[in-house]
Amino acid sequence: MVKQLLKGNVAFAEAAVRAGCEAYFGYPITPQTELLEHMSRRMVELDRVFLQAESEVAAVNMVYGAAVAGSRVMTSSSSPGISLMQEGFSYMAASDIPAVVIDIMRGGPGLGNIQPTQGDYNQVTKSAGHGDFHPIVLAPATVQEAIDHTVLAFELAQKYRTLVFVLADGAIGQMMEPAELPPMRDLPTERPDWSLTGADGRDHNVITSINLGALNLENYNLHLQRKLREIKLAGETRFEAVHLEDADYAIVAFGTAARASVTAVKMLREAGIKIGLLRPITLWPFPEKELLELAEQVKGILVVEMNAGQMLHDVREAAAAKAPVKFYGRMGGYIPLPADIADEVNKMIADLAGINVEGSNGHLS
Amino acid sequence: MVTFPDEKLVYERPEALADVSTHYCPGCTHGVAHRLVAEVIDELAIREKTILVASVGCSVFSYNYLDVDACEAAHGRAAAMATGIKRVNPDNVVFTYQGDGDLASIGIAETIHAAARGENLTIIFLNNAIYGMTGGQMAPTSLIGQKTSSSPFGRDEHLAGYPLRIVELLAELDGTVYSVRRSLHDARHIIQAKKAIKIAFEAQLMGLGLSIVELLSTCPTNWHMTPTEACDWVRDAMIPYYPLGDYKVAPELMTKTNRKHSAIGGAR
Repeated sequence: MVKQLLKGNVAFAEAAVRAGCEAYFGYPITPQTELLEHMSRRMVELDRVFLQAESEVAAVNMVYGAAVAGSRVMTSSSSPGISLMQEGFSYMAASDIPAVVIDIMRGGPGLGNIQPTQGDYNQVTKSAGHGDFHPIVLAPATVQEAIDHTVLAFELAQKYRTLVFVLADGAIGQMMEPAELPPMRDLPTERPDWSLTGADGRDHNVITSINLGALNLENYNLHLQRKLREIKLAGETRFEAVHLEDADYAIVAFGTAARASVTAVKMLREAGIKIGLLRPITLWPFPEKELLELAEQVKGILVVEMNAGQMLHDVREAAAAKAPVKFYGRMGGYIPLPADIADEVNKMIADLAGINVEGSNGHLS
Repeated sequence: MVTFPDEKLVYERPEALADVSTHYCPGCTHGVAHRLVAEVIDELAIREKTILVASVGCSVFSYNYLDVDACEAAHGRAAAMATGIKRVNPDNVVFTYQGDGDLASIGIAETIHAAARGENLTIIFLNNAIYGMTGGQMAPTSLIGQKTSSSPFGRDEHLAGYPLRIVELLAELDGTVYSVRRSLHDARHIIQAKKAIKIAFEAQLMGLGLSIVELLSTCPTNWHMTPTEACDWVRDAMIPYYPLGDYKVAPELMTKTNRKHSAIGGAR
């Protein structure tokens, strides 16, 4: 295979096709619409299922239907659409149903704008719907990772019978980069034994999310929690470490904010500051152990996000007060520049040294 | 079972109906509707390939009574969920079983679009003019003047608008192939209802598109009536607003209905 210049949204879509996605249901929303458009052509060419639903609410419930019928199914959307889909995510989580969701975040709250943000970190990692559950959340930072994570998402969804999100901001959906697509996989020939295919020669299968009685529902919740713990303990946590071996300071960032942070690390290293980057790739499960070790190693951590400080709380919890954790965040679709991040690191270093720094740019810290 | 030489079996539990006690209220017609669906599934010999999409409402546990593969949709989303199932497993017979709160209120968009797309599905739609499971609130199908727990002074059209006639509405859509209304208030109408349910499933087996049978049903508990009073109320109050009849019958189904043309409209 060779690399080709691919737009992020197209890469997500074609990766899903090649990973064996049998059905896609979606609704147009910027900045992910090219994903739906690509599926509208490719899925039909391949005689698979594509359907543009009347709403995100309908789309997610079609996904639920196709999933209970045992097919490998996905949807994609962006922030306001994800809000509407949360109903279906909760029902799927409550019935151990595998599905893949690609969320290309845009500016919020409300209609907001169509520029890239990371404002839905909490929505997806903490509460993808009502009730106690987490999807697995993968956070690509490049178009190549958009492809790799989509393929991985289908594998993890089937392996654990769970929802898997690929969470990216609009920049990753919209930008073009050279990337390599995987070979086409064969579609599965059989449906899972738990799925709805008709009660032929077996007892009827029932897939439901209703559990009357407090103890019944608590038992189901305990099962869900055990499954989540199993995922955590199974080595599914993924992260990237950049120049952390000898680091005195660290940046923690994901997705597009991490790309800008890599350049900031390079600039700061050239200025003689021993700094590195820890980039969580799985936002759930979160690299807690690695962050604790990092906090024990460095003098200070700067969390950089394109939001008001959401992953920040996970970093602080993992760091367990072993090192000070500061924050630099931009919102509304502004992507922090490497120079902005380097400035914030310098301020953090001065601040930790007890030097009062004037001229904070007024953003959250 | 002990049998005798001159014994003729005239009544038994359909294979598709589970051997369990009912949880429905006395006088509720859900049990009748369940049985009719089960009899049709048996007669068409489709139990082994049928998938039920249950809905939110009193019939949330319909899968405990119908011995077929089944799932439980979110409130109002049965038509969308059924669409997902049928699109990936087109050889299965997929049907939803929904009440009027579920289908006509929160699920109206999913219902209309499933019909507009001509999804090859069957909808069994029970209309009892009230929200049963939540305790008798006003539904989009509650009649003008009907007192419910959320329209204590009677449904006022100036405040709450007018009741929805679903099968007339869906008959307007090109993707709908069979859209009829029947009633479960007495034996004669129950027999007619069963015939319609069978045609609706046959329409799906023929691959024609969306079929829906609306069944006027009782809710003695929340109507605060005895079962017989409730049956009378269906006849005297509901049928005048919701006329029984065939609102759309695709030409391919004409021979099954013994009709010469697909006339719209019942006895208004």
